[in-house]
Amino acid sequence: MNSLIGKNEISDTLADFFIQPNGATWANNIRSEALVAFNDFGVPTKRDEYWKYTNPQKLTMIPTEPAALFSNDEPPMFESIDRVKIVFVDGILDLSQSDDLILEGATIETLVDATSKDIHWAKDLFGSLEKNGQKPVKRPLAALNTAMAAEGLVIRITDKCKKPLAIRYIHNSETSDALVHNIIKIESNAQFTLLESGAGAARFNSVLEVDVADNADFHHVRTQGRDHERKTVTHIFGRLGKESIFKSFTMTVNGTLTRNDAVLEFTGDNARATVAGATAGDGESFHHDDTVFITHDAVNCESRQVFKKVLRNGATGVFQGKILVKADAQKTDGYQISQGLLLDDNSNFLAKPELEIYADDVACSHGSTVGAIDEDAIFYLVSRGVPRKQAQDMLVLAFLAEAIDEIDSNDLADDINDRLAAWMNRR
Amino acid sequence: MLNIKNLKVGLAEEDKQILNGVDLNIGEGEVHAIMGPNGSGKSTTSYVLAGKDGYNVTAGSAELNGENLLDMDPEERAAAGLFLAFQYPVEIPGVGNMTFLRTAVNAQRKARGEKELTAGEFLKIVREKAKSLKIDAEMLKRPVNVGFSGGEKKRNEILQMAMLEPKMCVLDETDSGLDVDAMKLVAEGVNALRDGKRSFLVITHYQRLLDHIKPDVVHIMANGKIIKTGGPELALEVEQNGYADILAEVA
Ligand SMILES: Nc1ncnc2c1ncn2[C@@H]1O[C@H](COP(=O)(O)OP(=O)(O)OP(=O)(O)O)[C@@H](O)[C@H]1O
Ligand SMILES: [Mg+2]
Repeated sequence: MNSLIGKNEISDTLADFFIQPNGATWANNIRSEALVAFNDFGVPTKRDEYWKYTNPQKLTMIPTEPAALFSNDEPPMFESIDRVKIVFVDGILDLSQSDDLILEGATIETLVDATSKDIHWAKDLFGSLEKNGQKPVKRPLAALNTAMAAEGLVIRITDKCKKPLAIRYIHNSETSDALVHNIIKIESNAQFTLLESGAGAARFNSVLEVDVADNADFHHVRTQGRDHERKTVTHIFGRLGKESIFKSFTMTVNGTLTRNDAVLEFTGDNARATVAGATAGDGESFHHDDTVFITHDAVNCESRQVFKKVLRNGATGVFQGKILVKADAQKTDGYQISQGLLLDDNSNFLAKPELEIYADDVACSHGSTVGAIDEDAIFYLVSRGVPRKQAQDMLVLAFLAEAIDEIDSNDLADDINDRLAAWMNRR
Repeated sequence: MLNIKNLKVGLAEEDKQILNGVDLNIGEGEVHAIMGPNGSGKSTTSYVLAGKDGYNVTAGSAELNGENLLDMDPEERAAAGLFLAFQYPVEIPGVGNMTFLRTAVNAQRKARGEKELTAGEFLKIVREKAKSLKIDAEMLKRPVNVGFSGGEKKRNEILQMAMLEPKMCVLDETDSGLDVDAMKLVAEGVNALRDGKRSFLVITHYQRLLDHIKPDVVHIMANGKIIKTGGPELALEVEQNGYADILAEVA
């Protein structure tokens, strides 16, 4: 497959490099508006405040650096879970490898189809949470995605879905440069679980917009693919209605550069949100950045940010997490923890926790730690006969467990745990 | 069983000598007690035997059934049959007590070329032993030592010892922090393991534990040396008069 389909090989700016898809007027307008925003923001550079710890150059250079494919003998993620599977190859939907787009309680369409219809409910959601999430911090690569992504799914959930939808993003071309944009609208009282896995492309830029209505639940478990040379930038934009639940967990191992942004806003009272991540990084080329921005604009909502990174052989982990509590968001409970476990002196963990609180009756706590493995704990285990390597693995998994515990489903949590355990014995 | 000869140990990080020539011989099935003032080197002796980092052995030897302990990794010493009940058991958040115990038991069995226990077999044994130590199932499910009271931690050490069935058990102040009933339980746990072959080295400050676990030999350690060795009556003497007389006697 020619990975440059939809791209101008002779361009010299990122905006010109991609070709804006052509669809219905409303969609064209949204995309054009996003392009104007992107041009206005400019391409991010390491001089930008929000990219202080992560150089975005690999995410913005054109064309992308190639990334070798990674083959392994592990079964694909979520294989044992009863689910509806949808496959994208280098960012392009592959119906031949996918199940039918049928899930009870849901309507699933492709972005191509939805954006070519003259009238579609997605008009009010496509690009809107992304646009909303550009304040107060600019996220140019998300605007670029809205403007240029032709591929993705448009999902409407009207009931409690019994099965999850599992999207698998296969990386199949060493030079692929993919933009995927998914839109999910979960109606009142409905429930939906989204699973995502895979590296996706040599360079993968994804945006997920999720509107969770009153009393609705959204669960999200994602793994980002073991290809060592992949570059990934993802944005999740979520809006939470009254008494809704939003839970997102991401496991990241390997990859050269990963930047995961999550931008959530509470708009209805008594809602709960969690963004969690377990990361295992190996080698100097590994750089992983979680950047979270949670806005409390409703009463009695609870947000949790739980991020754990184990780093070895010169790997770098970054966490930037912010809780913004607006003046009327009384009784907010905001919790944030980010921890780095360094298995050697060459690895780095950088954290920037931020609280900005305008309401007076709130309970917010944040903590960030970085440390080495606890030698007293190791000695305790080895003195009972556990070999040192195994003792260290036990402690690494124990360290990551707090993030994995944020996954509600035990099956999914076990699957994640097994993958991380396997990772420790190889890369 | 355990033969320590002229063991001299200093700290690896700083220029400080802690053990100044410890001699100790414990025969098969024997119970020895070590008493001694705070800071005399009792815990250090136990750590050096178990293989903790941070110490430099400058002279002497320590053998378990003729094998040189000091050459082995800590896990090899455990597999060879050495067990240390810690003075301060470590809390390990995120590692379940059961997972830990089963991993340890099976790692040792594997190292000795024995068949590993299945989950079912293991569960049956651990439940039974936990019950006799009055450790409830809830505690077994919790992370290792996390949220355990001081006494619960010590009972958990004895449970591990019972599960691992070592040849040579070193108990470092297992009685401290125990109430009277718990001390009895722990002593019963230890006595249940006495089979005429298994040996014990019991480090303690108090005669009371030795009422329950009757030692064959009592040693007094001071300034990193065994300064006096005797029978059970030596512990009584310490209980009544403290260490002043004994220290003066050898000075
Ligand atoms: N890692 C260390 N760093 C500095 N000093 C140490 C270290 N380990 C042991 N020591 C010192 O060595 C001496 C012996 O300590 P040890 O813990 O062996 O004593 P102990 O006989 O067990 O005392 P206690 O009865 O109080 O438990 C003490 O002076 C102690 O401070
Ligand atoms: Mg001591």
